[in-house]
Order: sequence, then C-alpha cells, then structure tokens
Amino acid sequence: MVVLKTEGLTKEYRSGFWLTRVRVLHDLNLEVCEGEIFGYLGPNGAGKTTTLKLLMGLIHPTAGRAWIPGRDVSDVAVKAKVGFLPENPSFYDYLTGREFLHFYGELFGIPYRERVKRIEELLDKVGLSKAGGLQLRKYSKGMLQRIGLAQALINDPQVVVLDEPMSGLDPVGRKEVRDLILDLKSRGKTVFFSTHIVPDVEMICDRVGIIVAGQLIRVGPLEDLLGGEVECIEITASGLDEAAWVQVKEWSIRPPVERGEKVFFAVKTEKDASRAVELLVGRGVSIHAVLPQRPTLEEHFLQEVARPEHSRRGRP
Amino acid sequence: MSKVQAIALNTFKEAVRDRVLYAILAFAIAMIASTLALATIGAGMGPKIVRDVGLGFISIFGVIIAVFIGIGLVHKEIDRRTIYTIISKPIHRWQFLLGKYLGLVLTLFVNVAVMTGALMVLIFSVEGVWDGRLGAASAMIFLELMVITGIAVLFSSFSTPALSAIFTLSFFAIGRLLEDVMLFGDLYAGPLGRMVIRGLYYVLPNLGRFNISSEVVHGLPLGEVVSGMTVLYGLLYTLALLSLTALIFQRRDFR
Ligand SMILES: Nc1ncnc2c1ncn2[C@@H]1O[C@H](COP(=O)(O)OP(=O)(O)OP(=O)(O)O)[C@@H](O)[C@H]1O
Ligand SMILES: [Mg+2]
Repeated sequence: MVVLKTEGLTKEYRSGFWLTRVRVLHDLNLEVCEGEIFGYLGPNGAGKTTTLKLLMGLIHPTAGRAWIPGRDVSDVAVKAKVGFLPENPSFYDYLTGREFLHFYGELFGIPYRERVKRIEELLDKVGLSKAGGLQLRKYSKGMLQRIGLAQALINDPQVVVLDEPMSGLDPVGRKEVRDLILDLKSRGKTVFFSTHIVPDVEMICDRVGIIVAGQLIRVGPLEDLLGGEVECIEITASGLDEAAWVQVKEWSIRPPVERGEKVFFAVKTEKDASRAVELLVGRGVSIHAVLPQRPTLEEHFLQEVARPEHSRRGRP
Repeated sequence: MSKVQAIALNTFKEAVRDRVLYAILAFAIAMIASTLALATIGAGMGPKIVRDVGLGFISIFGVIIAVFIGIGLVHKEIDRRTIYTIISKPIHRWQFLLGKYLGLVLTLFVNVAVMTGALMVLIFSVEGVWDGRLGAASAMIFLELMVITGIAVLFSSFSTPALSAIFTLSFFAIGRLLEDVMLFGDLYAGPLGRMVIRGLYYVLPNLGRFNISSEVVHGLPLGEVVSGMTVLYGLLYTLALLSLTALIFQRRDFR
C-alpha cells in the first residue's frame, strides 16, 4: 500500500532583487510504500528539504500534489498520523525536555496520563531519561537531535519523515538513530528520510531515490540501483613462482600488489577468475580469497551527480 | 481549543521566563511608586495627579510590553524555525496565530493587573481607601492593549521586528490622535479632505475611546464612557485584525 505519494510536485522560489523565479523542484513523482525505509539521497542544495517542507505543508507547491495516507497534505488531519523532524531543528530553549514533549503531545490532543507514559518511554528510547528535567538551552547538538526525534514520535506516527536525522551526531549517535529507524520499520511504520551521506542509506534503506538539482534521477530498491553487475574480481594468492608471476601480470587488469607473502590482483570476468584459480592451484599456489567487486552506492551517486546535465541550476 | 490553549500557555511561559519582562515590570512599578512624590502637592491636586500619572505609566508600560513582545511574536517563530515542528502537527495555522495572540494577551493581563495592584496599594497607603474605579480605567487600558497587540501581530506575521515596531507605534500614535484629527477635519478641511478623514476614522483604530483616565481621575460618572459599545468595538476591531493576519499567514511559505 502506498502511504506517501507525490504527483508532479514542483516548487519555484522567487529570489533576488528582481524576484526571478528559480525552480528548485521539478515535477517530482514519488511513491513510498507502507513499512519501508525510503532514503532520499541528494547533494547539498538538491531540493530534499524543499520536498519535505512541501510534504509537511510548510510551503505551498507551485504545481502538483502530495498525499499522505490517502489525503492531500493541505488537510491538517493528515498530520495526526505523521511525525516530522526538521533539518537542524531548533526548539523552545526555555522548556525542559519533558515540558517540550508535553507541549507537542498537547498539540496532538493526547490525554495527560497517556502523555506522561509515552514521554518516559520516548525519553528512554532516545537516551535522554536523565536530561528530561533540563532546559533545552543546556542541551548539546546531539541531545537536541534526539529530543527532536522523540518529538517526531510523540503521536506514535504511521509515517515518519526525517530531514537529515543523523546530521550532527557522532558515530555512536548515528548508529542509535539507524537502530531507531529499523525499530520503527519492525513495528510496521514507514520511514522517509533525507540525507547526503551514502553509507547511512546503504545500511538501512529498502528503497532509495536520488535527487540532483531538483530532479529525481533514480529511484528503486537498493540492489537495483547498485546494479547487480560485477566490476571485477579480486583474487588473493601466495606462494607464486616466477612463471606464475608472469601469468598473473598478464591476467590482471591492474598491476598486481604485493603485501608480505600475499599478492592481490584483479581479473575482469568470473570466467577469467575460474581459469586463473584453476591454473594457479595446479601450480601449487595457495588461494586466500576470490572477491567479486561491485560498485558502491557512493560511486553510483558520484557518477550521477557528476553528469553534465545535472550540473546546471534548473530554470523554468 | 485545547491546542490553542497549549500554544497560548507556551507563549505565556516564554514571556514569564524572560528576564527582560521582569526588568520592565520592576521599572514600571518603580515609576508608579515615584508618583508618591506628587501626592503632597497642595490644593487637593495631589491625589488626582497620582492617579493620572499612575494610569499613564500603566498604559505606557503596557504598550511597551505589547509592542516589545508582539513584534517578535510570529517573526521569531519563523526566524528560529521553531514553527516547523508546530505547523507539521495537526493544527490549523489560524489556531497557531490565535494561540500566540492569546498567550501575549494573558501576559499583558497579568502585567496590567500587577501594575494596577501596585498603584492601588500605593494610593491606599496614602489615603487609606481602595479606589475601585482605577480597575475600570485599567480594564479599558487592557482593551486598548488587545487592539495594539493585534496590530503588532499583524505586522509581525509578514515583516521584520524593526519595521513592525515602527508600523505598530505609528498606528498607536494615529489611533490616539484620531478623534482630534477628526475634529480638526470637520473644522478646517474641504469636502474631499473631510471624506478622506472620515474614511480613515472608520478604518483606523480609534484608541481614544479606551481612554477614561480623566473621568476616573476627576471622579466623573463612568456610565457614559464605559459602554458595551466600546468593549464591542475593541473586540470586533481585534477580531478583524486577527482575521486579516490569519489570511496573510495562511498563504505564507515558511522557508
Ligand atoms: N527560501 C529560498 N529562497 C530561494 N531559494 C531557496 C530557498 N530555500 C532553498 N532555496 C534553494 O532551493 C534549492 C534546494 O534547497 P534545499 O534546502 O531543498 O536543498 P537540500 O537538498 O535540502 O540541501 P542540503 O543537503 O544542503 O540540506 C537550493 O538551491 C536553494 O538555494
Ligand atoms: Mg536540506
């Protein structure tokens, strides 16, 4: 079931002295399904935040529409089932962590008793139980990000929209956020989050959309984007004699590397690899590893971004 | 409605946790207390002057607080991006605005009440009687502040605090002088000028209506000046301001 959908979503900003129109999001068509983790990947200034703000009704689209659980996002009732964490969030710093969460709970009309229970659960989940009585102005950046996540989950949302949820966090914090997202998925929630950091996406996403210069250029399951194709096969061997060395140099698509006893080299296809391994083993050479090398999402991403047609800023 | 209330109480909380507010309030009370020096002025003028100047201070400091907080009320939420997590909750934009407005009005109510209390205590300490009519004057000051806050919030919803302050104070000054301008127009302006002035008279806030200090000070009957019409006028004018603000606010992009 599709729980988040956009159709021809377009946003133009007027900026500068002459109020020239700049199109920052072009005709976005996107579908996110129930229970999946969708990574919205793009470089700085690609239009990720713009998309999320459109979804949350913070800005109005120039054209197109967006739906969250079946209703247009301009209908505020939609938001009862949605959680949102903005980019670099900033909150009422005169409130304590607990007061802050109570406030958002009230905006959802959650009754007091239920709120108290939920808030303690959430504070525990994001690791802020001890800091719940502290004013937010005394929170560190990472703590603010965590309380922001707690705020996004106060209504036990069906769909969670997060704008760069891992930014500003240390490696431990990043892992915790990843675990939290996976936990949401395991409870049947849908998570849509933006990032420009590829490994975050690689580790947890079911599907990925890549946006560059306001255009969605690729979207699909992670495996498809990575392309099943093998780039080369890396072989590690040791105990090569003169003749074997000559052979290896001939096969390898790049100069072989020697590290201690071991020799690393790479061949193009699986067929080449089998042949090489067979011959080497026949000569008494020991084989330690045969590893197919696939391009990483990072490499894909860099390739896509580098394409000349994406380097210009879009204008209508 | 509980959502509006949550926002109003949060706005109130923000105001009362700001030390600047206490500084203004302390200064206001000090100024009101200083009128005591005037109490000894001879020929029976003392009590009147204390009341007149005291009410003047309540009004001035009320306006200062209304403008000081009002001009940043909405702008600050957008500027600091705290509005993102609010508008993304199931709440209408007008509910947010109304909550912010009521929060500030509650703040003003408490401040006016404290200042009025201080003035009454002061007068009691000198004359040994409680002057309840001061309460009526303060209530009208409060009504005027509700209108001024509405103006401040209107400008705050689309312009910077500095510009909002200038606009709001201009409206305040014009609003206070409106009746004089009207009289002036009736006396000296040509037919066209008179029409323009009449038009302005109906559009601009006639803040002079809320000023009953002289009646209170001189012990005149209040029946005529404190009418249901005046209260209705204040409330309707405020409602119109808030509606206009909501209309502008609804179309805004928060970016
Ligand atoms: N208020 C605005 N007025 C004019 N242009 C804007 C405005 N906000 C954003 N833009 C432009 O829109 C484009 C997309 O911005 P957006 O914030 O959506 O990018 P992003 O993908 O979230 O980037 P980042 O990774 O840096 O957060 C940028 O080119 C930016 O300059
Ligand atoms: Mg962004």
